[in-house]
Amino acid sequence: MAVLALQEARAWAAAAAVPDPEVPCVTVADLGILRWVRLQDGVAVAGVSPTYSGCPAVLAIELAIDAALREAGFEPRIERLLSPPWTTDWITQEGREKLRAYGIAPPVAGGGKASLFQVAEVACPRCGSGDTERLSEFGSTACKAQYRCCACREPFDYFKCI
Amino acid sequence: MAVFEAVLELADDHLVLGHRISEWCGHAPMLEEDLAMPNMALDLIGTARTLYAHAGALEGQGRGEDELAYLRGEREYRNCLLVERPNEDFAHTMLRSLYFAAFMRPYWLAVLAQSVDEVLRGVAGKAEKEMAYHIRHAGEWVVRLGDGTEESAARMLAAVEALHLYTEELFESSAVAAVAEADGVLPPRAQMRAPWQAVIAEVFEQALLAVPQGGPVLRGGRQGLHGEGLGHMLAEMQVLHRAHPGARW
Repeated sequence: MAVLALQEARAWAAAAAVPDPEVPCVTVADLGILRWVRLQDGVAVAGVSPTYSGCPAVLAIELAIDAALREAGFEPRIERLLSPPWTTDWITQEGREKLRAYGIAPPVAGGGKASLFQVAEVACPRCGSGDTERLSEFGSTACKAQYRCCACREPFDYFKCI
Repeated sequence: MAVFEAVLELADDHLVLGHRISEWCGHAPMLEEDLAMPNMALDLIGTARTLYAHAGALEGQGRGEDELAYLRGEREYRNCLLVERPNEDFAHTMLRSLYFAAFMRPYWLAVLAQSVDEVLRGVAGKAEKEMAYHIRHAGEWVVRLGDGTEESAARMLAAVEALHLYTEELFESSAVAAVAEADGVLPPRAQMRAPWQAVIAEVFEQALLAVPQGGPVLRGGRQGLHGEGLGHMLAEMQVLHRAHPGARW
């Protein structure tokens, strides 16, 4: 039993270290995309939750986790988990700090419930000012919006809440 | 079989609208919108893929998402007419998205709360949130254009006149959808009328637009009776797969 737990921890560590292909400053574990890794009959099964329905990185992420587990000596299998749906609330505290340090404002908690035209207040990841404005709901990837800081004048990405 | 066909209707709505919106890629009036359009198209196509895969499993004939999307002709497509309407200009495109998303958001919420189908509940949990920001994005454009210049307001008005007659079909359940609804798989479409009207009324008020009342209704998509544009769209979408059967990226 202890050996199994140890092996599982090793498999988790290998899969968890995979960086997100579109936001490489954070890992799939930081983002909460990698839900669990279980050893079942000698196969390392990784539960992966896609972020957006049409996220083009889903396949790349699954292949990278598959490769990482293989490299660590496991026979991998990826299980795509639709339910419960991934939410930005699953991004770890460490992940949020990494995003901020990278220049991406982390999601504001509960912002996914914003009403029709309400926009959550987003703090600038560079100077911390709350005086920011949204340039576009859509940024370089499906999960990000474009903002501008009115205090330091820097544009930045905001990791949208869903 | 009826449930398979009902899920196929939903999948077709998402793929056709997703493809239509993707036609803006590289043509949108500014960079932000050029990014926004493919992003929203991907949401819809991603949802369609899961729905096609699920429909294929329900059918049990070995057809997967590619067979269902690429190897059916226009008469076999079951999407509502609204989603296949051509892009025309930004006013038409945004109003079409607003009409669709304002219907789908409460629809997915009802699926999430009531459906006996676990896969559909999984799809709904994601899609509901995406529809919320599609409403926001399209709604903001409808307001901007409706309450904009003389030119933009005239275009918005023309879009309302052109698209309103396709909205009624959203609330109608086909025979196969009625079976899926009776089985508790899908929620009754007519139930979405009140929440849909609430969103449209709120946006139109800010956009200085009047909500059309009554008037003619066009329907037929659920029976495979489509406008001329869908065949052209499918021809472009399917040509590669038909020329190279089984082609993979």
